[in-house]
Amino acid sequence: MITTKGLTKVYRSRGREVTALHGVDLHVREGEVFGVVGTSGAGKSTLIRCVNLLERPTSGTVTVDGVELTALPGDEQRAGRELREARRRIGMVFQHFNLLASRTVQQNVELPLEIIGLDRTQRRRKAAELLDLVGLADKARSYPSQLSGGQKQRVGIARALAGDPKVLLSDEATSALDPETTRSVLKLLRDLNRQLGLTVLLITHEMDVIKTVCDSAALMRGGRVVESGALTDLLADNSSRLARDLFPLGDFASGHPGRTVLEITFQGDTPAQPFVSQLARTYQIDINILGAAVETIAGRMVGRMRVELPGAHADNVVPIGYLREQGLQVDVLDFDANGAAA
Amino acid sequence: MTWDQMQQLMWPATWETLGMVGIATLATLAVGLPLGLLLVLTDKGGLLQNPAVARVLGVVVNVGRSVPFVILIVALIPFTRWVTGTSLGWQAASVPLAVGAIPFFARLVETSVREVEPGLVEALQAMGASTATIVRKTLLPEALPALIASLTTTVIALIGYSAMAGTVGGGGLGNLAITYGYQRFETGFMWVIVAELVIIVTALQLLGDLTARRLSHRGEHAGPLALLRTATAKPGARDQDPVSSH
Ligand SMILES: Nc1ncnc2c1ncn2[C@@H]1O[C@H](COP(=O)(O)OP(=O)(O)OP(=O)(O)O)[C@@H](O)[C@H]1O
Ligand SMILES: [Mg+2]
Repeated sequence: MITTKGLTKVYRSRGREVTALHGVDLHVREGEVFGVVGTSGAGKSTLIRCVNLLERPTSGTVTVDGVELTALPGDEQRAGRELREARRRIGMVFQHFNLLASRTVQQNVELPLEIIGLDRTQRRRKAAELLDLVGLADKARSYPSQLSGGQKQRVGIARALAGDPKVLLSDEATSALDPETTRSVLKLLRDLNRQLGLTVLLITHEMDVIKTVCDSAALMRGGRVVESGALTDLLADNSSRLARDLFPLGDFASGHPGRTVLEITFQGDTPAQPFVSQLARTYQIDINILGAAVETIAGRMVGRMRVELPGAHADNVVPIGYLREQGLQVDVLDFDANGAAA
Repeated sequence: MTWDQMQQLMWPATWETLGMVGIATLATLAVGLPLGLLLVLTDKGGLLQNPAVARVLGVVVNVGRSVPFVILIVALIPFTRWVTGTSLGWQAASVPLAVGAIPFFARLVETSVREVEPGLVEALQAMGASTATIVRKTLLPEALPALIASLTTTVIALIGYSAMAGTVGGGGLGNLAITYGYQRFETGFMWVIVAELVIIVTALQLLGDLTARRLSHRGEHAGPLALLRTATAKPGARDQDPVSSH
């Protein structure tokens, strides 16, 4: 649905150059919620602003819903007609809501419809529908200054949906909100994604946001995407930095020689409990549980457990094989290599 | 000098002042508003970014603002004559008034429009709005309270300048005050005229403030005024007024 190829953005100001994006390739599939995380200054905002060309990439292409936006005429300040039309199919929500203070909630939601050129009756009907959808039907005549942050963002979302977009872009939409409001706004996004088949690309710096709503994620660092993929795939990959951040088990400090430390990850229907006791019973070994966590990620239950078995790795080949047979993902933490778990 | 005599002199002079200020205000709005907008739009990073035009407009406005008003009146005599067919009377006085107020107002418009959140412009761009739409639906409406305040300041400045224009053959209250108060030593009459000017200026300022606050929905003015409005509104009327006012 959204594809970027070799996206590069260089900012030039007063002779200084800042490369905010170094050849970013991103692929967001239709109907998924895709999250981008990364530290401040990693280029997340630049990336999302390049998707609807609020920022013109220095090089590279952006394709949204089959239209190569970077091929459409216009410059950063003035978009050509075709680009403007393409943008009407891409909704955007902002960290600071960006609602017009001079307009009521309803008039704010009607704004994109005015731009599209719908008549008054159609606009009213559509705005009422959308406000209903985001649970703000009773606030239609309020002004943004009379709303709470969460309510403002709901208006922002309703407004972004007015043009029946296929894609919704969200740059830190919940960063100005408290945890509880964040949760309800995220749930709304998730519901909209399910109900309307909306493809969502969201930027966040909170791993929790990724965990709660995303199907896929990308990690950015220094203007590059260093890791990306479906969360379920990432979690199955022991080398995934993102998975580790998503699902931390604490640091693995040191192990004892003559002992084997395993990290066991189980997803979905794999029985969460019995395997430890089964393993202990079948092989008559004492299992020491070092840490465990169970979470719901991308709508699926995922658990990770760190256990210690007596004996060196070579002594435990059979029990490890047994666990893998159960459909569990097992990684042997090698404490000889320094900081193996990091 | 009796009150009757005073009144006979004051009424026509009042109309002359209001006439020259009124016409000058209309002309200032018609030229100064687009000029102020262009100052913002053509500036670096603006929607119509154009360094050459921006520089020319900036110079024109600065020159216009630095020429002393008295000199402007004299220098503009040929232009005034060409526009109004005469260089005397309140109609003629409105020409230099407008020319003097346009750059002043344009700068105020510029400041007001710059105060509009860049994020709002961006939101409109993301919706696929054209530059004209962005100006019409965001920049102007969002800046409206500030624009009203700017207009109030300009009109009041125009009243002040109208006294000067009046003395150079324009008539009006300022002229009256000077002819009678200064040249004929009718100090009492002069103070009456000054009082009238104070009343006019105060009324205009009040009207401007009220309008600006009425149009501002930012919530920062939800003080005594808003309470007053709620208290005096008929039941249910308050719910409707945001809609009917747009
Ligand atoms: N308009 C600009 N002019 C110059 N440099 C810019 C501009 N916008 C962003 N940058 C630079 O580009 C880099 C990436 O910025 P960006 O805003 O995309 O980061 P971010 O990942 O969104 O960070 P944050 O989490 O703090 O929002 C930064 O080094 C920033 O200083
Ligand atoms: Mg950012």
